Amino acid sequence: MNSVSLPRIVIICVAFVSGFSIMTIEMLGARIMAPYFGGSLSVWGSLITIFMLALSVGYLIGGRLSTRNPNPTTFALFFIMAAAFSIPIIVFADAIMRPIFLAIEDPRYGSLFASIFLYFIPTSILGMISPYSVRLMVNTHEHSGHMAGQLFFVSTIGSAGGTLATSFYFVLWFDVNQILWGAVAVLLMAGCLILLVSYFLQSSGSKSQVRGYEKQT
Amino acid sequence: MKNRRKFNQCLVDVLLLLLIVLPMQLAAQTIHEEKSLYRDITVVQTGNRRCLIFNVHRGDRNQTCVNVNNHDELIFSYTKMSFAGLLLTPEPKKILIAGLGGGTLPLTFSDLFPDAVIDIVEVDQAVVNVAKDYFFFEENENMTVAVNDARVFIKRAGILGEKYDFIVLDAFGGDYIPEHLLTQEFLEEVKLVMAEDAVLVANTFSTSRFYDHESVTYQRVFNEFFNFKLPTSGNRIIIAQLDPLPPRGELVSRAQLLAPLLEKYGVPLLEYPNRLSTRVDWDMSRRVLTDQYAPANLLNN
Repeated sequence: MNSVSLPRIVIICVAFVSGFSIMTIEMLGARIMAPYFGGSLSVWGSLITIFMLALSVGYLIGGRLSTRNPNPTTFALFFIMAAAFSIPIIVFADAIMRPIFLAIEDPRYGSLFASIFLYFIPTSILGMISPYSVRLMVNTHEHSGHMAGQLFFVSTIGSAGGTLATSFYFVLWFDVNQILWGAVAVLLMAGCLILLVSYFLQSSGSKSQVRGYEKQT
Repeated sequence: MKNRRKFNQCLVDVLLLLLIVLPMQLAAQTIHEEKSLYRDITVVQTGNRRCLIFNVHRGDRNQTCVNVNNHDELIFSYTKMSFAGLLLTPEPKKILIAGLGGGTLPLTFSDLFPDAVIDIVEVDQAVVNVAKDYFFFEENENMTVAVNDARVFIKRAGILGEKYDFIVLDAFGGDYIPEHLLTQEFLEEVKLVMAEDAVLVANTFSTSRFYDHESVTYQRVFNEFFNFKLPTSGNRIIIAQLDPLPPRGELVSRAQLLAPLLEKYGVPLLEYPNRLSTRVDWDMSRRVLTDQYAPANLLNN
């Protein structure tokens, strides 16, 4: 069993990263779907609907998972899995959208289904991060509201940053897929950071535990 | 003498009256305003000229104008210029027009070729309504409008194996041509719905900051195309086909055949062959536009 608690600064940093990546992926979604479903407002409608639904499911599952043995390894896995499930958006976008385009004539429902297959899984995994990180930061009940507030603050600032950076700058500098690979890389790095920090804490923690024991005797 | 003076007085009065009334007649009157999902639509009438304007508050130019007393007369250079495509495909049987506007272009095609099937794609239902209510546009058994995104419509037509022999790309969004209708992938999809002898006519702006990128993209897909500009117009019409372009002599002889037909619409077809240029007047080193790299990427340039 893994019982080290991550430093708050690490949790805050990765919460920022997850908020940022969610909006980077969402902002590119309309661009990715335009070749199949056009550039109308309904494509944005589909995209935002599915992101909201996926996040809400993610919150529910993440909250549930946090009640059973919350630990940094599971937390890191959220990031790694989100990165892994974002790769199909880059690699299989056409393979996913083409059959949907053929099966559904109305671009509104076409884009809705395409959003489900492209974005639901990675976004719901990213949604699990928020409630889980609250649990990792909270030691006592009195603190829970304060910690939740801090985390939502940071991750929502991250989302604002991701929206702005992607729509104002990234699309000027990079191809769509390059930006998506960037998001995948950043999520992977966040996952690795959590694993590394918890590994070092664990090894130094076990040393200090021994030292503490020596002192007592 | 007295009578003469009275007459003079009357003349002055009439002239004064005319001075007051004429400008009133000529002042632009807004006869319809509508906010659609995609744009603000305004219909303005000045004298007998009625114009459709998108996003008037941003100073956009007129999309379409008609003479309410003579519907046949084409007012804009670029609308007339689109008929240069007939120099490559003189008798179209199946026509696709992306972007309805006021509907003058399809109406003229329908008048010229009553037996041709004309499919129009327009993304904005409000534009269709305004074209019908204010610009004398009507669908008929050969000419129908699909309210859909042009990219979606053309992609599906390609999969269904539909072929057109005259294609006009005239779809404009908020600022310019929507970016998913400018990419190499889109033009490849357009190519798929082109019959062997088909011509593609694309309306673009000669002052567009995407001019070089657009040209390079069309060049990549079609190898060569006619670049058609007139000193009187800010538009640049791209004319492309699947086969190599015909020699100028052929264009001239076709123009002579077709010119009388187009006279009543005010299209000076005989002047066009000399204006169709294959000279490269763009920066060939610019990047091709793709679904991955579209005009949004260029906003800072």
